[in-house]
Amino acid sequence: MTKFSDLTLHDVLAGLEAKDFSAVELAEATVSAAEAAQGDLNCFTVIDGERAKAMAESSDARRARGEAKLLDGVPIAMKDLFAVQGVETTASSNILKGFKPEYESTVSGNLWNEGAVFFGKTSMDEFAMGSSNETAATGPVINPWRAQGSTEKLVPGGSSGGSAAALAAGISYGATGTDTGGSIRQPAAFTGLVGAKPTYGRCSRWGVVAFASSLDHPGPFGKTVKDTALLTQVMSGHDPKDSTSYPGEVPNWVKAVGKSVKGMKIGVPKEYRMDGMPGEIDKLWTKGVEWLREAGAEIVDISLPMTKYALPAYYIIAPAEASSNLARYDGMRYGVRVEGDDLTDTYEKTRSAGFGNEVQRRILMGTYVLSAGYYDAYYVKALKVRRKIFEDFNLAFEKVDAILTPTTPSAAFGIGSKADADPIEMYLNDIFTVTANIAGVPAISVPAGLDASGLPLGLQVIAPALDEAAMFTVAGAIEEAAGFTAKPEKWWG
Amino acid sequence: MSVNKDDVRRIATLARIAEPADRLDALTGELNGILDWVEQLNEVDVDGVEPMTSAAPMKLPMRTDEISDGGKREAVLKNAPRSDDGFFVVPKSVE
Repeated sequence: MTKFSDLTLHDVLAGLEAKDFSAVELAEATVSAAEAAQGDLNCFTVIDGERAKAMAESSDARRARGEAKLLDGVPIAMKDLFAVQGVETTASSNILKGFKPEYESTVSGNLWNEGAVFFGKTSMDEFAMGSSNETAATGPVINPWRAQGSTEKLVPGGSSGGSAAALAAGISYGATGTDTGGSIRQPAAFTGLVGAKPTYGRCSRWGVVAFASSLDHPGPFGKTVKDTALLTQVMSGHDPKDSTSYPGEVPNWVKAVGKSVKGMKIGVPKEYRMDGMPGEIDKLWTKGVEWLREAGAEIVDISLPMTKYALPAYYIIAPAEASSNLARYDGMRYGVRVEGDDLTDTYEKTRSAGFGNEVQRRILMGTYVLSAGYYDAYYVKALKVRRKIFEDFNLAFEKVDAILTPTTPSAAFGIGSKADADPIEMYLNDIFTVTANIAGVPAISVPAGLDASGLPLGLQVIAPALDEAAMFTVAGAIEEAAGFTAKPEKWWG
Repeated sequence: MSVNKDDVRRIATLARIAEPADRLDALTGELNGILDWVEQLNEVDVDGVEPMTSAAPMKLPMRTDEISDGGKREAVLKNAPRSDDGFFVVPKSVE
């Protein structure tokens, strides 16, 4: 029998249906693999064998009764940003240490309702603020991928780095993430996975620890485009508990995968060709364009002139929203409290001890741009630029059905290699992904090749709002043409 | 625009974060680096542009004003750092 770790989500569903193995056997193997890898990869914050077994037993019983649902018996790794009832949920921050929510996030609830099996929560950059998973309170997550002939430890990307590492290591069959500036797509590119962010409002934010509410997008990681389409479909849906939740129906996106791109118009934006971009990234992008042309798509040169302003606008809007959202961590009703001389002293000591450096930096930045005298110059200005970026996309999508770009400006880098750099160097990781968050449009990263040192690189497909079908169709065509089958060589436990 | 150490102290007070005394110089430099970098937004002509406050052009939904959830005192208090007899216990806030 093939090893569990090589199976895709759809392979697992077929295996369960054919009774090649039971959900309990699969859950036990998953938990063992997670426990064995944890010492080397550090990708989990919680591993819960008991709950996995109980959920898998129910799943086996459902399947035996002929009542199996869309994801029945499939273990899914949950980013530690999603509230899972009764399980420690910390957003990888010390300030939420010990917090066990008494409620379930809508997205995780949607997964369990379709039979998915919970087995663990994955590490992330603290409060989803980072691109390397080095700011987690539980320490850095290690990428299963290493450069050829090297043992240097690489970052898995961030902020959903634990989910990406766990799935890339073959421990899970799908994983959840959240993407505020690229936090699903960038780690997907760094670990050879597919990572998608549907349209803003498709996946409910209820029960997801908030970072920047107008930019936060829950979404999945999958080993294939088809797996990712199914996960996105299950995670999406209207939720009255999130006032920004999209009320329309969720289409069947699995059916969009494998459709021909013949006659589709694919935009190639010249502004994504950045100065100093590695030649390999440019070459891969050109290859992607060729693949789609050969598959029958029409390639159209387009212009998104506001592209270079997306990241600076993001670094005003996101910290502003974060400073407001994170005001709730005051040590009074939940989370950690550090007692002080009086109420204010208690607030200040609690927040100073509970938040890490990057989170404090962003809270300060956000507080500054919202403070009297600076609000118009920074915050309102950034919101106006945001509309210009949004209009850029609207104009482009009058001419094309989807846009093709690289996902990241580089492959995975070494742990600690940017420790002495200024924060902006780390921020630049999101330069190609952040525009889709600013505009709220769906975007996906598909593994498309390896760089000279054998590390994975991704291509990004951006589609018009609510047209995830186009996104999955184009992503499927790239996946097929790229034939990406590389896997990291196993060195971890 | 740029910030000095006093500004950073003032922002920290507004954000209810204890004065980061040991990192004050570094933080001031980092915040100025970011502020310098976002200055490029001034190149964009935003005359007459409406600020965009939501990621999707949608109207917020209305609902009837009625109680749909509640009666969960125990659950609400479960994660409190300190609680007593059905109440949160917090430092004195009124003299």
